Amino acid sequence: MKMSKVLEVKGLTTQFESKNGPLTVVDQVDFIVEKGEVLGIVGESGCGKSVTSLSILQLLDKHGTISSGEVFYQNINLVEKNEKEMKKIRGKEISMIFQDPMTSLNPVLTIGKQIGEVIEQHEKLKGQEVKQKVVKLLQLVGIPRADEIYHEYPHRLSGGMKQRVMIAIAIACNPTLLIADEPTTALDVTIQAQILDLLRSLKDEMDMSMLLITHDLGVVAEMCDRVVVMYAGQVVETTDTRTLLRHPKHPYTIGLIQSTPHQSKGEKRLKSILGQVPTPDQFSHGCRFVERCPKAMEICQSTAPPLYDVDSHTSCRCWLYENKGDVI
Amino acid sequence: MKQFILNRILSGILVIFGVSIFSFLLIHFIPGDPVRIMLGINATPEQVERLTHHLGLDKPLLVQYGQYIANLFQGDFGTSLKTGRPVLTEILDRFPETVKLAVFGLLIAVVIGISLGILAARFKDTIIDKLCTVFATLGVSIPSFWLAILLVMVFSVKLAWFPIANGTNFRDLILPACTLGVVASTMIMRLTRNGMVEVLSNDYIRTARAKGLEDRLILFRHALRNVLIPVVTVIGLQLAGLLGGAVIIEQVFNWPGLGTLALGAIMSRDFPLIQGTVLFMGVVYVTINILVDILYSVIDPRVEMGVKEAS
Repeated sequence: MKMSKVLEVKGLTTQFESKNGPLTVVDQVDFIVEKGEVLGIVGESGCGKSVTSLSILQLLDKHGTISSGEVFYQNINLVEKNEKEMKKIRGKEISMIFQDPMTSLNPVLTIGKQIGEVIEQHEKLKGQEVKQKVVKLLQLVGIPRADEIYHEYPHRLSGGMKQRVMIAIAIACNPTLLIADEPTTALDVTIQAQILDLLRSLKDEMDMSMLLITHDLGVVAEMCDRVVVMYAGQVVETTDTRTLLRHPKHPYTIGLIQSTPHQSKGEKRLKSILGQVPTPDQFSHGCRFVERCPKAMEICQSTAPPLYDVDSHTSCRCWLYENKGDVI
Repeated sequence: MKQFILNRILSGILVIFGVSIFSFLLIHFIPGDPVRIMLGINATPEQVERLTHHLGLDKPLLVQYGQYIANLFQGDFGTSLKTGRPVLTEILDRFPETVKLAVFGLLIAVVIGISLGILAARFKDTIIDKLCTVFATLGVSIPSFWLAILLVMVFSVKLAWFPIANGTNFRDLILPACTLGVVASTMIMRLTRNGMVEVLSNDYIRTARAKGLEDRLILFRHALRNVLIPVVTVIGLQLAGLLGGAVIIEQVFNWPGLGTLALGAIMSRDFPLIQGTVLFMGVVYVTINILVDILYSVIDPRVEMGVKEAS
């Protein structure tokens, strides 16, 4: 069965202004989110994952601009849309939840108001109808005493509860695509599992697709159908979750997996990838991972590798696969 | 909430008690014999004795204070030496004029300050922002009496749009209120602008944008209320200051408010009247502060909670 694409990102390039000219933070990123699937974007901090997701909804601050590329949402190119048209898409067609629920809710507005206003904005409901819908949403995301919480302010809720409220805001208008930017990173481990469970069941119930941004391969294993690995603003590997975890291709992906703790293996010391992600003004002319790569070759220093199609559902940006696949 | 307000009122009463001690002691701070200073050097010993007795200054300090407080509770602030009328009557006669000037001046300050502040933040680092900064710098550095005289020169003398300082009608009110308003607006503007710039970079503003809300809602519902928290405090303090009488401005425009009353009392060494105005200004200050605190907890729901946890 051929699935339909909900989101197709093509050659997305986002730049930020700086004193020394524009910096390319997201560079020629391509990926597709199919209907009903969960696509993960993985990478360390500073790889451009969040900027990619903010670029999709054009929520970048004023220093950042999409300099080229296309973002097709149900075959409409969002990059060509103006601010007014984007407002109709944000929160209704595509909604987003953020990393830190502590700071993502407005401290001076009640929970009811903050969920209700997105319904008022997009569904043109008023008064009691909005309230009823908000209370239902609060129940749906697993908040007890929904009637009371409706009148509460965010500071009275725990982090996990606040993230549930953020989720309620995101799903209020039945979006087609939910972008979750590190939704569990700021939460306690026990709460993380609950929030992931909630997201998964809501996705199935409401027939949503999901773009899940995370640095946690555990979350990927738990949630995602397919994965895009990003490094230094580029896609370095795209494949399905099973293949990624069992047969990672790119040395960076291999490094990420090796630096994830496994209880069963009983290792004493966790491996790590040496060095740090280069900042956009330090990108090498060759492969951007070359300085940290255990398998670096001569060509990696001088020439940037293209993305190779390793097999029908896996692509990898590494010279190691030069003779094994076609350039995309 | 009730507990919160009660706490505020109790601590307010404590402050007023402190002010009453200060205003009582005022007369004793003067070097030499206050009665001689009041009466001048030509006073006869009988006159001095009579006034000393009249003011109760021949009794022990504690008894004097007890009497002072007892009188205060009966609404007796003493009698003006100059006019012979009760001090409280003198004050209450002038207070409405000061309220008029303060409220109107503050209204101008709030309107100018908040709108320019939002404008400057919305167009941060553009020419609009820079012009607002120039306005704020001028407003802070220009002495208010100079601005007052300038306004009189231009609008009363040259253009003759407004009368020159001789009444208490609305037309007489405009120039002094504008002077007060412009000076007070600069502080409000800078606070609003900086607060707005900071608030607009908060995560919850990004959330509001991700909801697809109109810019108007993001600015006024999500940002402005958070910005107002510090701004309201400053507005409250300014109101309290203005209600205590804008001494210089009232003097320049010959406005019959508390400021001119206090200045007149000082000039004519009318000590009961000075004591009365000091105490009255203290009460006004404390009352406004309590009101600001209550307003604060209405705007920011976290305030009340902090107090509960602390108490």
